[in-house]
Amino acid sequence: MVRAAEALSAEEQGTRRRLLSFLGWGSFVSFCGGVTVGSLRFFFPRILYEPPQQFIAGKPEDYQIGEVSTRMKKEQRVWMIRSEKGIYALISVCTHLGCTPIWHPAENRIKCPCHGSNFLVDGQNVAGPAPSPLFRAAISLDLVGNIVVDKSQKENQPGKRDEPPFTLPLT
Amino acid sequence: MANLSLKNVPQVIVESQVWKSIFRHGYTMNRRNRLLAITNNVFYHILPTKISRYGMRMRFHWGAGIITFYLFLILTFTGVLLMFYYVPTVPRAYYDMKDLQHVVPFGNILRNMHRYGAHAMVFMVMVHMARTFYTSSYKPPREFNWVVGVILLNFTFLLSFSGYLLPWDQLAIWAVTVGANMARATPLIGHEGPFANLIGMKVNNDVRFALLGGTTVGSATLLRFYVLHCIAFPIILTIFIVVHFWRVRRDGYSGDVPVRE
Ligand code: HEM
Ligand code: FES
Repeated sequence: MVRAAEALSAEEQGTRRRLLSFLGWGSFVSFCGGVTVGSLRFFFPRILYEPPQQFIAGKPEDYQIGEVSTRMKKEQRVWMIRSEKGIYALISVCTHLGCTPIWHPAENRIKCPCHGSNFLVDGQNVAGPAPSPLFRAAISLDLVGNIVVDKSQKENQPGKRDEPPFTLPLT
Repeated sequence: MANLSLKNVPQVIVESQVWKSIFRHGYTMNRRNRLLAITNNVFYHILPTKISRYGMRMRFHWGAGIITFYLFLILTFTGVLLMFYYVPTVPRAYYDMKDLQHVVPFGNILRNMHRYGAHAMVFMVMVHMARTFYTSSYKPPREFNWVVGVILLNFTFLLSFSGYLLPWDQLAIWAVTVGANMARATPLIGHEGPFANLIGMKVNNDVRFALLGGTTVGSATLLRFYVLHCIAFPIILTIFIVVHFWRVRRDGYSGDVPVRE
């Protein structure tokens, strides 16, 4: 602004020419700005055609104590695990860079094929590059006694993850 | 620099090393210079008007730059042919690639030319960069062309990364999952990066989201990568290749010095 004012002679200031120049350049700049912002916004979709985060995982009786069930893994990317305290849905997304780890019953370990992270059944990271434990999804019972898992809510800190809604207590 | 006022800012910019490395010098607009601006314009004439044969020794340039360029031509040609059979949708992509291998006449050699050519191009672009480094070719007055080279290197990587997803097999999906998850940690614009929480970055509005067109690698990602791979990146690369060659001519070739025979 300072420069534009200086460039014009005193009598030109506040004249019609100055106003028109301001309007002209102003609309040019706002046009360019609008196109840029619009083009950037374009790349962020409003609607996602991604699978729902909630699903039903059978009844509590379907799972044995001490079992790491892989029945929901292919479709939903979770292991259904029943411990002494209750049932939890461990999300099989590696906390390193997002690959799908594999449950190895013989070694009692969960291992990631991408860069070799190892996890225990409770989700604890014990080897490899993964910086934190695996997450557990929110889990609850609906009115007819089905297990409902919601992957949009998750927790991986000991303590919190052992309480509802991240573990379903069973007596 | 002593009396830096708003008035001489343009002059300081025009006289800075950065500016001069890009635009070299201004032309005084007489007839001769206006003609030269046309005859020296790389968009009209790709080859140099004159070049010394001494700078053309293989042991100097290793042919690395030109091999990279030939590979790019081969990749463009084979890539366009692949587009006749390949459809970037989740149900079809993998099977189209298998058809190319086993059903399409000469499809396997075509696909392999594209795939091995892609690996070779990534390798050769790095060799070329090493050569220009070892021969000090990055030094003034060629520092701008080194920067153009870095852009070319990055777009070659981007082409390779985006192309890698297209076969839509396990390797492709997980490699891109891992690569895109690294973008989560980008400062400011990745939702797990430093300072990102200050501007409210979340899994569904950060740079990774825009790259994938969703929160996970899915059909939107396949289509996005296909368009980028087949249109955006090759065009950008072509433009910068032109600038790169133009600068080789304008800055003078670093090996273009007389040697005794
Ligand atoms: C104009 C240039 C290009 C076009 C039109 C093009 C097009 C394509 C198409 C249609 C595919 C899918 C077919 C398939 O998966 O076999 C593909 C795959 C691929 N492209 Fe390109 N491409 C181009 C340049 C490049 C370059 C410069 C690179 C890397 C330096 C590259 C790297 C790849 C890779 C790694 C694949 C996967 C190949 C495979 O698995 O068979 N492409 N490209
Ligand atoms: S993504 Fe699992 S170890 Fe790297």
